[in-house]
Amino acid sequence: MNFITNYYTTKFGELWEKSLFDLVEEAIRGVLVESRLDIREIKAIFFANMLAGVLENNLHSPAKIAEILGVNIPIYRVEAACASGGVAFNMAKHYLDSNPNSTVLVVGGEKMTDYSPEETTQALAGAASGEEQEAGLTFPGLYAMMANYYLNKYHYTEENLAYVSVKNHFHGSLNDKAHFRNKITIDNVLKSAYVAWPLKVLDSSPISDGSSALLLSNEKRIVNKSKKSVPVLSSQLINDSISLKSRKSIDQILATEIAANKAFSEAGIKRNDINVAEVHDCFSIGEILAMEDIGFWKKGLGGAMIKEGLTIYGRNSGLCVNTSGGLKAAGHPIGATGVKQIGEIYLQLTGQADNRQVRNPKYGLAHNVGGSGGTAVVTILGKQS
Amino acid sequence: MIGIYSYGFYIPKLRITTKEIARVWGKDETDVINSLGILEKTVAGVDEDALTMAYEASSMALDDFSEDRKEIKTVFFGSETPPYAVNPAATILAEFLHIDKNYLAYDAEFACRGASTAMITTFGLLQSGMTRYGLVAASDKGVAKPHDPLEYTAASGAVGLLLGKKDLLLELVDFTSFSSDTPDFWRREGIRYPSHGGRFSGKPSYFYHIQQSVKMLLEKTQLTPHHFSFAVFHMPNNKFPQVVARSMGFSKDQIEKSLTAAYLGNSYNASGLMGLAAILEKAQENQLILFSTYGSGAGSDSFIFRVTKNINKRRKMFSKAVIDKKYVGYAGYLKNLETI
Repeated sequence: MNFITNYYTTKFGELWEKSLFDLVEEAIRGVLVESRLDIREIKAIFFANMLAGVLENNLHSPAKIAEILGVNIPIYRVEAACASGGVAFNMAKHYLDSNPNSTVLVVGGEKMTDYSPEETTQALAGAASGEEQEAGLTFPGLYAMMANYYLNKYHYTEENLAYVSVKNHFHGSLNDKAHFRNKITIDNVLKSAYVAWPLKVLDSSPISDGSSALLLSNEKRIVNKSKKSVPVLSSQLINDSISLKSRKSIDQILATEIAANKAFSEAGIKRNDINVAEVHDCFSIGEILAMEDIGFWKKGLGGAMIKEGLTIYGRNSGLCVNTSGGLKAAGHPIGATGVKQIGEIYLQLTGQADNRQVRNPKYGLAHNVGGSGGTAVVTILGKQS
Repeated sequence: MIGIYSYGFYIPKLRITTKEIARVWGKDETDVINSLGILEKTVAGVDEDALTMAYEASSMALDDFSEDRKEIKTVFFGSETPPYAVNPAATILAEFLHIDKNYLAYDAEFACRGASTAMITTFGLLQSGMTRYGLVAASDKGVAKPHDPLEYTAASGAVGLLLGKKDLLLELVDFTSFSSDTPDFWRREGIRYPSHGGRFSGKPSYFYHIQQSVKMLLEKTQLTPHHFSFAVFHMPNNKFPQVVARSMGFSKDQIEKSLTAAYLGNSYNASGLMGLAAILEKAQENQLILFSTYGSGAGSDSFIFRVTKNINKRRKMFSKAVIDKKYVGYAGYLKNLETI
């Protein structure tokens, strides 16, 4: 069995004084300090990042990390758009499956705020198909098409989407590492400017800097040393077509559905066993689709269910979603997000989530998506052992 | 005692509204106005530039000066849009103002703060006795790339200041300067339009430098915000000065009358000084004014002035000049800026 033993995240936000590798180094050293492990006890590092090559001509990052840490171990850079973090974790888990008595480090980081919105939007569009890019589609545009189709098909309005952002900003106000700590109202969301109709500024996750790191181990000594370890019950990665138009349906991320089915099957638990989940709300519609595709809610009911407010911290309904603030409020430094999601579940399951601690969670799930659904990773963690 | 002897200003006649610019680019004007607080801005005519405007403003300042103009031994031109990259506007200005040739002249560039740095230099030269009077012109014809958010704010205008040692309008109580290497806004040689760092031009740039220079000045003088009748800040838009004022404990009443950006836009070197000209229309003897500039790149100069009895005879009618205006549409705006 593989365990997450420690977690550290930098603040997410507009961190102008920090470069990408300042942030990555902070996250790596932070998790090592938390764990009281020496870097020499780490057998491999998995680094998740999407845009360093595009935005700052910064490639060959494994060697950069090796230089910063002064190590000679395998370091793997993983890129899968916004799912980079989840995929890096998945690869790390498989590495441990074939390497007993090992401890590895998973770190995701992104530096985005040094560039204009036009530069980052264009860079992010690299996760769309060539045809989509040539048509001038951006990610707000792609998710707007998904939102528009969903709202029309199931007879919801923009107001239904707004409940996602309001909930996640409330959670962000409880998370001192979140990019946005302000609470917002439905009215704020509905009055915010359109980015790509029907999605507005407050339906959309921000451009953020940040880095998060986890330690993953199957070494008994290390797992026991931690005193706060949680078992990784499953990590499933599924890909689907990059083009939105080639998917089975545009109001569903099929890769999520398949990955979730496999994850629950491997973990041997049911949907209603999950008490805390971090799902991919790159746009408000993303959370609603995720809740349906993972199987927490029936298809088409998401728009109504979100209004019930059952997944807000404090409702104690049995499932709390995106206590970190989600991508919307915690921020979305691309490569870090998937790692942060798993880290947040780890914090919840080990009772370290401070003033957003859900009462006695037994199982948690993290869901990370790349692009408009070309990649999905679902990870299930169990209670602290 | 050193300080400001007299002042003048020039506000171009033409205006373009935020509504008109937003209409062209398909934006909701309410969103833009809520974000920047600017309803309309000045547009310099096709035959106007930083030099012609500086001349108008300086002439107004010299209307109050009855001594021989050869007593003005320093002429400094603060602008980020001078007519030449190499060739001083200061000498052309001095020539047209009939200031004799026995003067020190230069053009000062530090984004929006060139003029205020020139003010500090002049104060030093006055203090040293090198001159009894010094002219500082702050003037810009702001241009922005079409469709860039700067288009709503970049405006034109000029303020002329005659600095001196006696019979002053505003006595200088003290000043500070704070600078750092912070690249928030720039224009490379040969490039027509400036570039900027978006949100980076906020917290680590405008706010940080103004807050530091004002904090240092208040500590130096042992004064607190409540001592001041007016606080005037550089206005890249109409929101930033309000936020920075509030962050340092200044009230709405103290800054309200200086917020000229709402209806004139940001005339760069003349921006804060326009706010100063606006409040001088209302200022009374013995009132204290805090005046703080900001220039990208970056730095802030902060000054404390005390109003003297001469305000009653040297006050200029600002609000009357503001309402002498004529609107142009977007095409007319581009034509006057020689973009088309």
